[in-house]
Amino acid sequence: MIEAELSRSVARWCSGASGVTGAAKLSGGASQETWRFDIVHPDGPIGAILRRSPKGYGAAPTRAAGLAAEAQLMQLAYEAGVPSPRVMHVLVPEDDLGTGFIMQRVEGETIARKILRDDEYATARPRLARQIGDILAALHRLPQDRLPELRSRGATQEIAEFERDYRSLNWPKPVFELALRWLRDHDPGPAAETTLVHGDFRNGNLIIGADGVRAVLDWELAHLGDPMEDLGWVCVNSWRFGEIDKPVGGFGTREELFAGYEAAGRKVDPARVKFWEVMGTLRWGIMCGGMMQRFREGPDHSMERAMIGRRASETEIDLLRLLVPRGS
Amino acid sequence: MQDEPTPIELTKAVADFLRNDITPLISGHQAFKLRVAVNILDLVTRQLTQEEGSDAAEAERLRALLGMDGSVTELNRALAERIAKGEIDLATPGFAEHLWATTMDKLAVDQPNYASYKREQGRNS
Repeated sequence: MIEAELSRSVARWCSGASGVTGAAKLSGGASQETWRFDIVHPDGPIGAILRRSPKGYGAAPTRAAGLAAEAQLMQLAYEAGVPSPRVMHVLVPEDDLGTGFIMQRVEGETIARKILRDDEYATARPRLARQIGDILAALHRLPQDRLPELRSRGATQEIAEFERDYRSLNWPKPVFELALRWLRDHDPGPAAETTLVHGDFRNGNLIIGADGVRAVLDWELAHLGDPMEDLGWVCVNSWRFGEIDKPVGGFGTREELFAGYEAAGRKVDPARVKFWEVMGTLRWGIMCGGMMQRFREGPDHSMERAMIGRRASETEIDLLRLLVPRGS
Repeated sequence: MQDEPTPIELTKAVADFLRNDITPLISGHQAFKLRVAVNILDLVTRQLTQEEGSDAAEAERLRALLGMDGSVTELNRALAERIAKGEIDLATPGFAEHLWATTMDKLAVDQPNYASYKREQGRNS
């Protein structure tokens, strides 16, 4: 039982802690798990989250930064005032919990549809697009000399990588071909400034409360690159969850996002943002194809995975709306 | 020729049974999985209903666009190759219309409630 290992772990680094209760797995693939639990403490229970690769699952997928890097990035973000959970402990071998880290639990909502529909978030919603601009500006300003080792990816490399992923699926899609052509023709080249890029900053990876964004999660795709990538990805229609006229996560306008970003002292390049939005839409479409392939060939023969293959067409219509708008 | 009821009628009967009789009995993660299962059967029903017509129209557009014959799969592969080579682009007459028509027919089967699709469908009428 994981509570026994967690109790032994917290006793070592959390002064006064006498154990843990309520451990429950929130999500988990084969190689990475998220657990919630409470640390029993004389001052009252401390809500915590464990992110780990269980023993025997050390290697991260090629695009992932790895849990150690994730912990370091979240801690840096926390110190810089980016809404982020405080990292309490990075796992060591004595913990006998695999690799990963334990962080403070931030209360709030991550389910995009609830954030977009529930009354609880009604006052926060109109402010979120601008707030996201402000947060991204702070994130892109994190001190580069303190970052963990991260892969470096520019636009040209990403196009080549997605093209390779797409061709390996052997899944001829004229709309994807058109998008690849458009991306090559509009490749903006190296960014004027290379920064930390979160890589998966979107509605669904943010903890949101009535007061706005409380934490930025899922740093596993963090890398060095063009900061405009994050601004484009947060606008991809797949993360608007039906609110298609509000490009920024279904919350608000690009203008609000850009205003928040520039008010924090950083410059926006709208053409690059559009490039990354197209790239991001294609990226999600190819990922849908990847899930279909894993459904066919891999051990995960689930219905959910199969159905994600049928969501690639959503990205096709969104690519057409971006690249070949009708009635214009 | 196979007997009746048709695959469409059979699939729809199973979907209706799961939706109307089983859904009220199930909760939690199993209820979520059941919803996915019903969605799959509904998708299959839509495909069985619409595929023949949409594939025929798609193949006809592709033959005109490419000036060649073949199955709808072969023609799509040929189109993908020509786009990749730059031989067909948005300046090619009929190309943009073809992509739109094909994509709309896919969404009608895959995700008829997708907001972008509903918006574009409004443009057609």
